[in-house]
Formats: sequence, C-alpha cells, structure tokens
Amino acid sequence: MSTQIPKETEETEGSKADAEAGVPSKGDVRRAEKRRRAAEKREERRAEEAERAAAAEHTIELRVFRYDPDVEEKQEPRFDTYHVPFEKGMTVLDTLIYARDTYDSSLTFRHSCRQAVCGSDAMFVNGGQKLACKTQIVDLEEPIRIEPLPHADVRKDLVVDMEHFYDQMEAVEPYFQTDELPEGELEEQRQSRENREKVKMSTRCIWCGACMSSCNVAAGDNEYLGPAAINKAYRFAMDEREGEDVKQKRLEIIEQEHGVWRCQTQFSCTEVCPKDIPLTEHIQELKREAVKSNLKFW
Amino acid sequence: MYEHDVVVVGAGGAGLRAAIAAQEAGADVAIVSKLHPVRSHTGAAEGGINAALRDADSWEDHAYDTMKGSDYLGDAPAVEALCKESPEEVIRLEHWGMPFSREDDGRVSQRPFGGLSFPRTTYAGAETGHQMLHTMYEQVVKRGVTVYDEWYVMDLAVTNEPDSADRTCHGVVAYDIQTGEVSGFRADNGVILATGGMGQVFDHTTNAVANTGDGVAMAYRAGVPMEDMEFIQFHPTTLPSTGVLISEGVRGEGGILYNAEGERFLFEHGYANNDGELASRDVVSRAELTEVNEGRGIEDEYVHLDMRHLGEERILDRLENILHLAEDFEGADGLEEPMPVKPGQHYAMGGIETNEHGETAVDGLYAAGECACASVHGANRLGGNALPELIVFGKRAGYHAAGRDLGKAEIPTGKSGNWEPADYEFETTVGETGGPGPAAADGGAVASDAEAVLGTAVERARDRVETLLERRGRNHAEIRSAVQETMTAHVNVFREEPGLEQALSDLREAREGYTDVAVSDPSRTFNTDLIHTMETRNILDIAEALTMGALARREFRGAHWRKERQERDDENWLKHTLVSWNGGEPELWYKPAILEGEARTYEPKVRSY
Repeated sequence: MSTQIPKETEETEGSKADAEAGVPSKGDVRRAEKRRRAAEKREERRAEEAERAAAAEHTIELRVFRYDPDVEEKQEPRFDTYHVPFEKGMTVLDTLIYARDTYDSSLTFRHSCRQAVCGSDAMFVNGGQKLACKTQIVDLEEPIRIEPLPHADVRKDLVVDMEHFYDQMEAVEPYFQTDELPEGELEEQRQSRENREKVKMSTRCIWCGACMSSCNVAAGDNEYLGPAAINKAYRFAMDEREGEDVKQKRLEIIEQEHGVWRCQTQFSCTEVCPKDIPLTEHIQELKREAVKSNLKFW
Repeated sequence: MYEHDVVVVGAGGAGLRAAIAAQEAGADVAIVSKLHPVRSHTGAAEGGINAALRDADSWEDHAYDTMKGSDYLGDAPAVEALCKESPEEVIRLEHWGMPFSREDDGRVSQRPFGGLSFPRTTYAGAETGHQMLHTMYEQVVKRGVTVYDEWYVMDLAVTNEPDSADRTCHGVVAYDIQTGEVSGFRADNGVILATGGMGQVFDHTTNAVANTGDGVAMAYRAGVPMEDMEFIQFHPTTLPSTGVLISEGVRGEGGILYNAEGERFLFEHGYANNDGELASRDVVSRAELTEVNEGRGIEDEYVHLDMRHLGEERILDRLENILHLAEDFEGADGLEEPMPVKPGQHYAMGGIETNEHGETAVDGLYAAGECACASVHGANRLGGNALPELIVFGKRAGYHAAGRDLGKAEIPTGKSGNWEPADYEFETTVGETGGPGPAAADGGAVASDAEAVLGTAVERARDRVETLLERRGRNHAEIRSAVQETMTAHVNVFREEPGLEQALSDLREAREGYTDVAVSDPSRTFNTDLIHTMETRNILDIAEALTMGALARREFRGAHWRKERQERDDENWLKHTLVSWNGGEPELWYKPAILEGEARTYEPKVRSY
C-alpha cells in the first residue's frame, strides 16, 4: 500500500474536483451530461412502469405474507399486495425480486442461485410447497398467495428457521463410511454403473425443506427424522461401497422410534420435491431392507 | 468475541476444503459464511474436475494445456501444483463417497473438455459441483468443524502500517444476519478468504445473487493487491433469458453449435478449424457474438446448441440435468429441439493476489478458490479447471494457515519481487469517495495488538451499520443495476477504449450515488436490505479495479480483447496487472508472469484450436 498518510480532505471525490475549481474538466462535463440523461431515463422508466402497471391484463397480483418480530408495525402478521408487470418466462422469484427492488426493500426471502440447486427459496405458493425460482407464473392462478413454509417457525416474512431441518439431516450420520479403502493412494473404489444409478436420485437432494414442510407426520411428531433425512440415509445405505456392517448400522438408525415406520405413505413429500426424488419409495425400500435384515439376524 | 486458530470465510468448495485441511493439521477452525454451506455456488458447477488419473495421461500434459489455455499468463509454479495434486484430491473425494459417474469396470468416468489434449474431466453427471459440495459438507459435519452460517463478514481486522507488506490480519468482523449482532472473530493463525465469484458485477451472469466478490473487495481495501482483474470468462453457452449455465459437457459429449443459417460456424467461418466446438471458451464466445453481430444470430441474440443426435440414452446418462435446466428456465426440450445459448459472465480469472500456498501480501491472510489469483488460469480458464483449484488450493491454504510447512513459495506477493509502475492516465478519477464503510486500514493510530485491532474493526463496523440504518438516502438497488448495466455494455467480450472510459465514468457516478445510500428496513432480524447495500459497495470497488485493468491492457490475450490492438503482445504484456487500493487512491502496477516450471519452460506459442 502507499506511504502516504490519507488526508481527510481527500476523502471525497467531490472535494477533489472542487479543489481544481473553476474550469470544469472533460470528465465533469461528461458526468453532468450523463447525470442529466440518467435522470431523464429514470423519469422515462418510472412513466413506463406506471403505464405497465396500469395495463391490468399484463400485471400479476401477489399477496405476500409479512411479519417481523423486530418492527412494531409488522409484529402482527399480515398480507401485502403487490402488482408486478408480467414478463414472458417470469418465475415466482422474479416477481418477488421485482416487488422488493421496486416497492419495498424490506421484503425478505432467501434466494441465491436462481437455478434450483442451492435450495434456498422453498416457500408456500398458492397452498403448495414450491421452489420459487423454478415456478413459472403462467402455471399459477391469480392472485398468487406467497407464504413461508408451513410447519416451521417464521423468522421474518418468507424466511423460516431451518435449524430443525438441519438437525434432522445431521442425525442420520450423513457422511460416507467404509471399512476398507483400496491400498493405492491413487486408486478409486469400484462402483458398478447400476449401483450408481440406484443412488443417483437420492444424491440430488438440495436440502430445501419442501418435503419436511409438506409431511403431516413430521408436523405432528417433531422428532420424526422426516423424508429428507431418511433419503440421506438411503443414499448411503444403498451405496455398495460402504459395505454390509455400515449398512447394518444405518438401518438401526432409521428403524428407531421416530424413523421410517412413522411414514404413512401419503406421498406428499414425493409430490412437492422440486428435484423429483421418489422419497416415499426410498422410505418404503428402507422399511423392506430393515425387515429383511431383522429376519437375517433373528 | 469469538476466537479460533483459523477462520475460513465462505463455505463453498475452497472454504470447506480449507477447513478440513486446517483441522487435519491440528488447528481449531471455524467457517463463517453468509449462506449455509450447501447453498454455496460451487453447487451449480456442472462439467467436471480435470485430473490426470490415467496411465496414458500425465500431470505434465495437463500443465501444458493449462498454460496454453491461460495464454501464457498463468504462473507455472501454481499451474504445476494444480495439475500434480488434482489426481490425489479427486481420489480423496471418491474415498469420501462422492458419487462420480462410472465406467463399465467401475472406475470413475472422464470426458473430453475444451482445450484439453486428453479426456481428463472427471464428472458426476452434469451436476459435479453439487455432488462435490455436498460430499465435502458431509466431511465437515463428520469432523465437527464449527460453522457460523448466515453471518455476513463485513471486514477484515488488519493492522494499518503504511506499507501493506508490513500488515497483519488478526481476524474478521461479521454481522449475524439472524440477530443483527456485530462481532469480532479472532483468528490466531490466519484468515482464509474463500468467498467465490463476483458475477454480480455484470447483469447477465451464471453466478448466484450471492456472488458479490465480498472477500476480494475486503482484501483490496485492506491493502492486498488485486491481480489480473480484467480477465473475465464469458461462458459460450448460457440460457439467454436467465444466464443459467449449460455445461461445456454438452459440447464435450458431441453437442454442435449452429447459427441462424444452420451453419456449423466454428468450422464454416474458420474460428477453430481443428477443435470446433471444443476450442477454448474465449474463442467460442467471441465466435458466437461475431455471428450475432454479423446478422447470423437467431432473433439477433443467440445461437443454437444441438445435442439431439447424441440420443436419449446418452443424454439421460450423462447430461440429464441439462434437460431440466433447459426446460425449467428456457422452455426448451433438449431431446426434441436445439437449445438457445449465448455468452454470459461466468468466472473471474483474477482476484486476490496469492502465491501457490494461498498466502497474500498481508501476513495471516490467505485466499483460495475463485476469489484468489495464484495464478492458475492466467488470461483464460479451461473448463474443468475451477473445481480442482478449489480442492488443491483450499487444502494448501488450510495446511499453511494451520502451520504445516509447505516449503518456500516461488511466486512473490506484493512488491517483493520484480515489479514496475504503470504509466496510465485515466480520464476519470478513481477510488474513494467517502461515505459509509471506509476501508479496513485507512489511517488512524497504528495498532499492533490483536485485541485492539479487532476492537477497532468491530467499532467501525457497528458505526457503519448504525449509519446505514438510521439515515435517509438512496436505495442501493438502483446503483447496483447501473453498475451491472454499464459493465455489461462496455466491459464485455469485446472491449474498446471509449466504452471502457465510459464505464469508468459511470462507475464514478455510481460511487458518488453510493455516498448517500441508506437502508430503509429498520429491522435487526434478517435485514437483507442492509446486506445487499453493503455488498453493493464491494461490487463498486471490484468493477472499478476490473475496468482499470481492462483499459490499461492494450492487447488481446485470452478472454481480454481490445479493439485497438487485436493481437497478443508478448513483448510488452507477458505480465500481470495489479491494482492496489493505496488508501483510497488506486495504484496500477505490473509484475512478470512466471513461465519457468519444474517440468519445462512454457514458451509462448500461437494459441490456435
């Protein structure tokens, strides 16, 4: 860095330009011109927005759940209505971003990748658990009602507490365990294509929590592992690289009181999963595996 | 205040790998991240991990391809470290259970990728990053590494000696997004920045909304030089409406690009007569835009990527994820029709200057992954070289921070080696404009005691939060989109002087606008308005440094094309661009690229594909 001591007077660009006073520099002139044009453009945009909003058939009506324990006027949960101009290909996430950036910057929701892989933006849209970024507006009836995931504590607006979900995920020893690795440091374990195919769908989970939120059993039994965690256990239990002993241990974990047997095969988790993971089938298969292994050890 | 031996900022591939390594080397390590680890953007990487795993392949060939792909701006010691260590790191991931795609004999699959002389891209379908991220997070859970998730790191706690080479980093200051608490995290052995990309500097990007280059901007303001910021990779196949990435794996498996006239333009118009679709990414992106500019684009905007001839079975086996992305985000059925694609911002080759151990010019401060510049990618990154960078350099930084001896580094940092000042006059003034959120080390008494340095940094961060929450002013969103618009208009694939100067002047205006930015949400709970406002400051600093480099470098190398000189100029430009914050008055300088490696000296050759 520099050997100069920063001078307070040099902190702002404005004061620097002033110091050279009098004759406006080329840059100043261009900037002034630019500012004028930008102001004009902003005005135009505002007019356009108003126009678009006025053309009712091109506007989407959103009713969004609002709550903030920290702000007096939001302590009582309510729904706010926003009108968002429709664009082709628009998703629920796009409408929320528009509403936030245009009308109310305090509107709060988690989102990051915009492509259904980070799992941040699962929410309750028109009465169903959806990933906002991959839910097209054209597929929904208006007004669109957007709420936080049910069966989870609301932190603020559409943000829920995910801690319980994470705890359940971590309860199934969600990491690969094996007794023997190949001797050569540069040698991989072998896995058949069939076996990789068998676990493939289960490895697609993005931890969005939609399944857990949709599950009636999980809603009634807070200790139930839930579909996502059981699917995580399935991912390892069915992986031939782990070996029989580890599989046995995994089956014991998912067979516990709040494990697989609680599932009532209502298929709600499978229906809402944005990655199309056949969760109910996986749970059923683990039940069968558990029975088989119990018979074997009997 | 929290205290650990090593604090890792960011929980994507590089951060998780660094934390695992630091713990393995005996350190008490914590990860601080604004997202929960599984939300990190490593999860969006699709194509694969380059590693010379097979007998017919060698790390030397991988290094040769990488240096050539970098257009001879990579530093050989870093490139060779990447290529030598990638195989053992990939096998380690396999031993951690990562579900790679498999061959009939049960070994992990590899496929061809652009710019590679051997099919060495190891993959898990078209979701390699997702599998890698989750596999490493599983290891972090298993090892019980402490994770502070949804904590936004605001600043570094660095001493403020006048010369940044004398400074020491003692920790970070972070804001708990859930509660609004501002706290210091003391790091006795080192802070590792692993904050990922900076795609939000542009408006058409494959990057996540969270990729705002926070670590890069923090290190910059603390006095660490930014290296080769002008080199931005524009990926040739992104979906036009959203910027969602369509993996290079599609072309690796045999996908073909067509223009509006149905021509296979990479061959028919002579852009890449040998490799066609599998030429390096910069070559393909320029070819696509040239087609569109010359009127052969579809709807004047994009070209077609066709994979139908691969057949449903092969597509489902190796590229299934692509079908979902094209369907969900563009409404295209990849089995029935070609997919529309155009270039989009994808990756920053440049970033925080480091050596091959991840060390920066500031003692106790490390960087790894996309936010860092070692440099392994030089002027252009090869597809499949980002994921191995995360695991190789994440590991190295983790080990080094935890005190493991990695030998003497060959790459100098800061002005410790050869360097030369730049003589470039920008039309616009650059640098600090005042306003909230000043730099980490920008004056005041020199404090050397860790507690005091951290205490000062925490106070300053609290003041900043209070100021932003209390005052009235402009919303940041308008400023952020102004930056993104001008960067996409003027600092894109094709660059020329008037446009670049225009961008710099627009950025100046945005900076001035930022001096009265304010947060209208008064809440202490999950205040994303506040977080986004602070991120926008980072975007501004990065966009400016990037544009400065782009203006100064008057040549065409790798991803950086200049209208004024459309050829590589090895006589004058076989050197890295560096920008130092310099207390708010950015300084531009250069240091030579290191082409002498252990395997060979990488003599610059004409880069044709």
